[in-house]
Amino acid sequence: MPNTEIGRLAARRWRVALGLTAAMLAVYFGFILLVAFAKPLMGSPVAGHLTLGILLGVLVIVAAWLLTWIYVRWANRHYDAAVRDLSGPAS
Amino acid sequence: MTSAIGRTSPVAIAFFLAFIGVTLAITWWAARRTRTTSHFYAAGHGITGFQNGLALAGDYMSAASFLGIAGLVSLSGFDGLIYSTGWLVGWPVVLFLIAEPLRNLGRYTFADVVAYRMRQRPVRICAAVGTLATVVFYLIAQMVGAGNLIRLMFGLPYEAAVVAVGVVMLAYVLFGGMIATTWVQIVKAVLLLSGAFLLTLLVLARFGFNPVALFSAAAGRYGAGVLTPGQLVSNPWDAVSLGRALMFGTAGLPHILMRFYTVPDARAARASVFYATGFIGFFYLLTFVLGFGAMVLVGQPAIRAVDRGGNMAAPLLAEAVGGTAFLGFIAAVAFATILAVVAGLTLSGAAALSHDLWVNVIRHGAAGEQEQLRVARMATVVLGALAILLGITFKGQNVAFMVGLAFAIAASANFPALFLSMFWRGFSTAGAVASMTVGTLSAVALIYLSPTVQVDVLHGSSAVFPLRNPGLITVPLAFLTGGLASLVWPEPQAESRFAEVERRALLGAAEE
Repeated sequence: MPNTEIGRLAARRWRVALGLTAAMLAVYFGFILLVAFAKPLMGSPVAGHLTLGILLGVLVIVAAWLLTWIYVRWANRHYDAAVRDLSGPAS
Repeated sequence: MTSAIGRTSPVAIAFFLAFIGVTLAITWWAARRTRTTSHFYAAGHGITGFQNGLALAGDYMSAASFLGIAGLVSLSGFDGLIYSTGWLVGWPVVLFLIAEPLRNLGRYTFADVVAYRMRQRPVRICAAVGTLATVVFYLIAQMVGAGNLIRLMFGLPYEAAVVAVGVVMLAYVLFGGMIATTWVQIVKAVLLLSGAFLLTLLVLARFGFNPVALFSAAAGRYGAGVLTPGQLVSNPWDAVSLGRALMFGTAGLPHILMRFYTVPDARAARASVFYATGFIGFFYLLTFVLGFGAMVLVGQPAIRAVDRGGNMAAPLLAEAVGGTAFLGFIAAVAFATILAVVAGLTLSGAAALSHDLWVNVIRHGAAGEQEQLRVARMATVVLGALAILLGITFKGQNVAFMVGLAFAIAASANFPALFLSMFWRGFSTAGAVASMTVGTLSAVALIYLSPTVQVDVLHGSSAVFPLRNPGLITVPLAFLTGGLASLVWPEPQAESRFAEVERRALLGAAEE
């Protein structure tokens, strides 16, 4: 529980992880719901024969890359340092 | 258009023999390094993050995604793309929730993590059942796919193809363990990614390297409808339910979870999912071009003429843009793909049989190193023989639904228990057992009652359960059961060890 250093760090990692998971869920299920319920919109052209649906499909993959990159950047910069602080002096 | 597909092509056989030669050499090299269970199950924790990223991609990108999705896009256009994106989105979830704590808490299987603070035997038995169910259904789909593919591409009899795949895969796993399996995955991933990329470049060269020109050509020939959502997603809840199974199933696939033990620490586990997501996403982007490319350059009638499901779209496209030699290369790549996936599955099933069931349930954790290694190898032989037997038994059956079933079981039986054991203090042995049992049984029961089995396989007119994939119901059901059973039968001892789990999930085992 958040009354120890470990508990606080666990809670912080937990918040970041759940937040990013929620973002991925929202992006993917948003895409699926648009595909299911807004077919004409998804078929509308963006540039030439590139439809909005195909563009959004590509963007779902780009979003997955982006979210993993955000997590790895956060973990490498902040989380690893916090873990080092916790395990360093004790061992 | 006449195609060389189905005729024994010397180029395909040369590429194929080269792959077998290289991978068996790797196995020979790996066998001399496989002396302990840590080598056999986890490659001695000596794989780097980048290497494991490639190996994860290799384990995950099955022939179903290469041939299946390209075929689906070529025949149904946009709707196939729903699968391209769906298969990727589980990976960020693996990174955020599972990879690092799993690496820090376990040794060889995901049951190590679930059972960490619980009573070992009931939890290990249930986790092994969930693992074996996932592995067996996945194996059946792969073996039947292998037999059909090789028959289509090389003209080899179905049974001979199944036995060949089984025997070569057994050689990798039995002698080379995880070290050989990892490097086979890496070789396969590099071949598959470069082959698909080269094919994409050859396709795009025909359209001035402008994907929009390719889409225009597709619309010009088959109507603008191929670029918009169509009939495949007639029931939106089907799409949502499948999406949920794919998303959480990836985070519950035993052969994927096992790979996180091959790296030295949590940081490397994190890096490996980052690279894997990059490679797999890149690959699925290529399937957009391959699918539409085959639709335009090969043509839907020619694709259907060879295989009604469209599975030969990518090889036909390779022949159309690169000639017989390139077809041979792509055919060999498809074969390598199946071999590698089957090897990864067999190793994870063997780990459940030997590490979870034999060592921790039957021998109460008191088995010596040599005995463990011997049992692991025996379990590998049993699973390899079972894979060949099942492949032959299910010849000619419609087994496409079994991959969906494997993901549904992984999402409902393995993922909820794994997740709750790492993040919820109050999770108890009773909760874990209830969650995994209900997850496995409900996934199998609902898929049996669904149109996938009742209509597609048994040719009935309707089904009791309306959804093609049960994930929408079974994942929340497993979470709910696990929660309720833990509240009804709490376990103070497991709760008191949660602080230890929390500490080790963050810091790893090194400082204990």
